[in-house]
Amino acid sequence: MAFTDMLLELLTSFGVTFNIFIVTLIFSLPLGLIVAVGRMSKNKFISIPVSIYISIMRGTPLMLQLICVYFGPYYLFRISPGTNYRMMAIYIAFAINYAAYFGEIFRSGIQSMPRGQYEAAQILGYTKLQTFMRIILPQVIKRILPSVSNEVITLVKDTSFAFTLSVMDMFTMAKALAAGQTSVVPLFAAGVFYYIFNFIVAKIFDIFENKLNYYRF
Amino acid sequence: MKALEIKNLAKTFDGMEVINNISISVEDGEVISIIGPSGSGKTTLLRCACGLEKPDRGEIKFAGSFGMVFQQFNLFPHWSVLKNITDAPVNVQKQDREEAKKHAMELLEKMGLKDRADYYPYQLSGGQQQRVAIARALALNPRILFFDEPTSALDPELTQEVLKVIKSLKDLNIAMVIVTHEMAFARDVSDRIIFMDGGVIVDEGEPDKVMNSDNERTRAFLGKLAGV
Repeated sequence: MAFTDMLLELLTSFGVTFNIFIVTLIFSLPLGLIVAVGRMSKNKFISIPVSIYISIMRGTPLMLQLICVYFGPYYLFRISPGTNYRMMAIYIAFAINYAAYFGEIFRSGIQSMPRGQYEAAQILGYTKLQTFMRIILPQVIKRILPSVSNEVITLVKDTSFAFTLSVMDMFTMAKALAAGQTSVVPLFAAGVFYYIFNFIVAKIFDIFENKLNYYRF
Repeated sequence: MKALEIKNLAKTFDGMEVINNISISVEDGEVISIIGPSGSGKTTLLRCACGLEKPDRGEIKFAGSFGMVFQQFNLFPHWSVLKNITDAPVNVQKQDREEAKKHAMELLEKMGLKDRADYYPYQLSGGQQQRVAIARALALNPRILFFDEPTSALDPELTQEVLKVIKSLKDLNIAMVIVTHEMAFARDVSDRIIFMDGGVIVDEGEPDKVMNSDNERTRAFLGKLAGV
């Protein structure tokens, strides 16, 4: 197989990697906000289950979670969800795993806001929703952007766990190519692609951070 | 007309009586200073009055809207000075945007900050931030304005510039209740001074009367201050 063919195969499988990345972000970021709110809830019937969920998601390997989500339906309900479920299982496992991490980041950001901001907003007559959307959240985003960027970069690399369920993402493909060619070049090339992707992700976050640099706390 | 009437207010924190059965009424346009040692309940009284703390007992009746100026300013750092002042009028009171902006510029001029409208809070000195906070409170046209130790976070020079602005508000005929440790200012600006200690009003009256009070506790407090 020619070098360019190998690159082409890798790039094609990069589509799967990118899908996992994007779908995970689209679901885990809003889900993370809900997790953060649930974790901070005064209602123990909400906050305790959410804390347990976060603890499990952070305390067990993502690889194991992928396997649980994939085989869970069969072992729990004796249903076989079909071959399409493989990709779905990846999305679900990644989304709920990352939602836990994002949830904790959001919570730390929200709790780091000085009480005076809420009090000033209350006296000025803002509703709770207005206070959160107009005053708290924009400041929280600025505060947590570095942590979120860290997590997103980790996600790029974590997509390679898709090999656990034999989904043909870029890493699985690189391994297969490497085995077929008895060469490490495909793996090395995949590494370069991951690096370029993350380089772009980091640059995008830099742009966001610079945009929010117009004020300081 | 009364701008505010508080009756039999009480508040405990963890079983400690912080405010013990206090009644105060504030006339429209009246300026009241509340003085007293730390922990005497002055700030808690203000915070109960404006709803930041929930009192255990008592009645609080406002004749109109109120505003609050905090010790730590509490400006919104992600908004410009102008936006800090106009956002609540526009998004809470649904005032016309242009009208709100015009009003804000007038207030900034009164605060001596006309040229700072497009600045962000972090670019201002503490005294300037506090004056913006005062403008922000005034933009909602309150009938009564509370000040919670408005100069305690400022150095003496900045303190004077803020006190001067507060004094200038007397023309606006807005009632003001000021918790302060600035005795000369309290004496100068107030129609009435209230001396609080241990959660109760120990002494109250015209500035000269309280400053020359026969009350032993008041004398001890003022004497200590003068002695420093």
